[in-house]
Amino acid sequence: MNVTEWMPFIVLIPLIAGPICILLPGQRLPWLLAMLSAASALIIAGFTFAEVITNGTLRYAFGNWQPPIGIEYRVDAANAFVALLITGMASIMLAWGKPTVDVEIPERQSSFYALFLLAFAGLLGITLTGDIFNVFVFLEISSLATYALIAHGQDRRALVAAFRYLMMGTVGATFLLIGIGFLYIMTGTLNMMELAERLPALADSRATQVGLAFIVVGFSIKLALFPMHHWLPNAYTYAPSLVTAFLAATATKVALYVLLRFVFTVFAPDYSDAAMPLAIAFAVLAIAGMFAGSWIAIFQKNLKRLLAYSSVAQVGYMVLGASFVTVVGVTASFLHLFNHGLIKGALFMAAGIVFHQIGSARLEDMRGLGRVMPWTLTGFALAGLSLIGIPPTVGFVSKWYLISAAIDAGQTWIVVLILISSLLAVVYIAKLIELFWMQPRPADSPVVQEASPALLIPLWLMVFANFYFGIDTRLTVGGATAAAQAILGVPVGGLP
Amino acid sequence: MIDWLHPSVLLMLGMLPLIWLRGRARQIWQVTLPAIILGLITTLAAGSQLSLSFMGLELTPLRVDKLSLVFAYVIGIILIIGNIFALQVEDRAQHIAAGLYGASALGVVLAGDLVTLYVFWEIMMIASVWLIWRRKTPIAYEAGMRYLLVHALGGMLLFVGVIGYYLATGSVAFEKIDVDGWAFWLILIAFLINAAVPPLHAWLPDAYPEATVTGTVFLSALTTKTAVYTLMRGYPGLELLLWLGVAMTLYGVIYATLINDIRRLLSYHIISQVGYMVAGVGMGTALALNGTAAHAFTHILYKALLLMGAGAVLQMTGRSRMSDLGGLYRYMPMTFLLYMVGALSISAFPLFSGFVSKTMIVEAAAVDYRGVVYLLMLLAACGTFLSTGLKLPYFTFFGKDSGLRPKEPPINMQIAMGIAAALCFLIGIFPGALYAILPFPVDYNAYTLSHLLKELQLLFFVGLGFVVVIRYAGGKDYIALDVDWLYRGPGRRLVIHTRNMIAEANHDVRAEFMRFLAKLQTRLGKAHLDGSLLRTWATGSMALWTALVLALVLVLTLGT
Repeated sequence: MNVTEWMPFIVLIPLIAGPICILLPGQRLPWLLAMLSAASALIIAGFTFAEVITNGTLRYAFGNWQPPIGIEYRVDAANAFVALLITGMASIMLAWGKPTVDVEIPERQSSFYALFLLAFAGLLGITLTGDIFNVFVFLEISSLATYALIAHGQDRRALVAAFRYLMMGTVGATFLLIGIGFLYIMTGTLNMMELAERLPALADSRATQVGLAFIVVGFSIKLALFPMHHWLPNAYTYAPSLVTAFLAATATKVALYVLLRFVFTVFAPDYSDAAMPLAIAFAVLAIAGMFAGSWIAIFQKNLKRLLAYSSVAQVGYMVLGASFVTVVGVTASFLHLFNHGLIKGALFMAAGIVFHQIGSARLEDMRGLGRVMPWTLTGFALAGLSLIGIPPTVGFVSKWYLISAAIDAGQTWIVVLILISSLLAVVYIAKLIELFWMQPRPADSPVVQEASPALLIPLWLMVFANFYFGIDTRLTVGGATAAAQAILGVPVGGLP
Repeated sequence: MIDWLHPSVLLMLGMLPLIWLRGRARQIWQVTLPAIILGLITTLAAGSQLSLSFMGLELTPLRVDKLSLVFAYVIGIILIIGNIFALQVEDRAQHIAAGLYGASALGVVLAGDLVTLYVFWEIMMIASVWLIWRRKTPIAYEAGMRYLLVHALGGMLLFVGVIGYYLATGSVAFEKIDVDGWAFWLILIAFLINAAVPPLHAWLPDAYPEATVTGTVFLSALTTKTAVYTLMRGYPGLELLLWLGVAMTLYGVIYATLINDIRRLLSYHIISQVGYMVAGVGMGTALALNGTAAHAFTHILYKALLLMGAGAVLQMTGRSRMSDLGGLYRYMPMTFLLYMVGALSISAFPLFSGFVSKTMIVEAAAVDYRGVVYLLMLLAACGTFLSTGLKLPYFTFFGKDSGLRPKEPPINMQIAMGIAAALCFLIGIFPGALYAILPFPVDYNAYTLSHLLKELQLLFFVGLGFVVVIRYAGGKDYIALDVDWLYRGPGRRLVIHTRNMIAEANHDVRAEFMRFLAKLQTRLGKAHLDGSLLRTWATGSMALWTALVLALVLVLTLGT
């Protein structure tokens, strides 16, 4: 079998493993199955990515039903790049998270891992499919599983957080369904490529424009674009550590990818008319999010919540890149999508370890913790440097491309805004470092030990990745450039 | 053979063992490592030795030519001297910071492209601030924070400047910066901040005197001189720099005469001396650039020597203000003698290193028919001799007896000062070796009769003036009072009053700002943290926001 035939298994393996997982007894077997499926999905995704980069788009029609009737998986550099990120993150998170799950979810772990696999499969499905109704289906699979996962949190507020996410997620999914309905009525097809061919003729139709608006807003909710981000902080704060780390590294990224796919590939193959007015709205919201997210993060008293608001700000950076509607801008978007997965993954892993060791995510319980848990918090601090964008980290590479894109688009004042908002990141990271190291440990605080190597090694692997991909950017920049070209329909090698 | 080995990387890796080494082993490693680095630098062959591709850019992290080598040599030498000086300090964080700082400074002078330069530039900033913080006083912490902020700003300007330069030219190679528009100015300002060019200089005399005794030696040598290197590489012959440099020489000297703290006084002299170099870059002739490189070389050595002398005094007496010192000659004769070698060098006495380098820049001004520049530089030279060669040693080592009975500093400090002094002396006597490594072929002889006469006349009359003032005043009590006027009389009161006012205003503003933040925090807390409020209406408000965004998008898509 060649890569094209293996490719659908990236989605199918976790999708099939999920129901099997429920049947497995105990704590060890479900985890092992989840781990194995994530790892095998990663391997296939790796081969797929290599194949796509060298030989171009892969197409696979399910059941051999050709596109107008059947569902087609269509993988170009953009999907493959995002799929690589998701599978990679899922693998490393699962390898890391078992001890935290054992503490936070002592019972019914089989259903927890089953839900995790479904959420994972759903995200991959959204990424790989070439059929817009299929996008909706997988979005629902992953969302429903995610709501349940968040509700697994120990804190009772997790239930409310999950409920709020459910409300918002449902609004988003409904919007998406309305949008898809409009498109189907107008064009009579659900296949992305066919839509892209038929839509230009209907560009002036009100119905398609309204459809576009509904789809864009629906995904913006999943993306947590400011000011539709309110579900995110609570969901990230109260979900189990493993879920938080996984979602932070992947869920918003997938939403961004599919949003870009719709706006640039489906609606505007020549990416000019439809994208421009939207771009203005997105630039405004992105910049507002960059400032609001960072600003609110400065005042947070809970570590996970602080990181969650920082994510809102970082989503702003990703959207801002795409809002320039240039190849360089979309490249910056994809690059930060990947890099921010690495950064936030590492940060939330460190936060999860701290939570695992001290049983609290409140900052006041972490005073002077740097001396007690040096490995965990040094890892946190290094990932924090990456978030700020100090060379040689991935954050620096992202910042470089984003600023290049802004200058390239002639938006010098946006450069100034990016720099100012990145100073806000300096403030909240410096505040944390001050808290961890400069403040004395309160005398009455409980005895805390450094985490076990089982937790620390994956964390440091992620931290190392933050630095490695900050120096060797062939995979990230190459992948992001190819992804941007693929999504904008620019012929490969057509870069200036 | 080992061409591919980047000295900075080796030095950074060499810092790792310092985490574990203790006692004698640490001391040996601390001296051996910079010696190995210096050895490695001498083996570097000219040309671009390393190249790698980063984000689609062609980088050359190791570019070796005569210009970068001059700076690399002297950085290697000063790392050895500074580490010997710091051997008795049992503070590993400080040693590691100094090593990383030295490594990144080397990285800057060896960088063949602006991206590498920027990376090392930032590491330099982050490492060097620890040399200030490890003094562990509240003042040092605050001074370090201000230092960090100024350099963070400079780094940011450089970052944007580099990107702008890349987009304008399509290359990041670090050659003469020749581009129209704001990238040119942003990079220039970033370099000028590090070179402490007024009015961007305030961080230097603010932070350096608060640094640790041993840290100041590294600080004085590296940050400003790497900036001079970048100016030489990027902006030779920029007329603006000539005038900025001349202004600097005088500015530093004038302020230095008003200063009581010996290390702060010497810090102002860094500004003054860097002024000569900046002016040399501004002239841009081969002779001027040679003079700049030579002066950077000698300056690093004698300024380190001076600061080591002042540091030894501070270390042994715990005081650094001239008004608290005096009469130390009998107890620290060795320190005094070695300090004087540095003082004579900075004053450009014949037979000392400053003479063979400073006169080159001054001569370049004369050859270039720049009379005003020439005269102003001579004037600054007089002031330099007056304050570092006469005033500081007089009030520290002679003058009134302060009652202090310090011992000589530890032997390793004396050795470090001895090496620096020997180099100052050797360069002064045999300038040929220095001239041989300068970037351009040298056709210049410092020891002509006219140079000697001019310089000796200058120094003689300055010395005479100082002596006459002492005689006139009739004894040292008087002169002490006379000079103290600045610190004790109305001048001092004015200064203190102004300072208090500024401090109060600063305090008020800060308190107000903190109150504002606290208020904001509670308000934000109400809006975002209070669970009950959040739960009751937030879901509705989220939906409302969504509807608003949908409306916005609809308006935008349908409106066009």
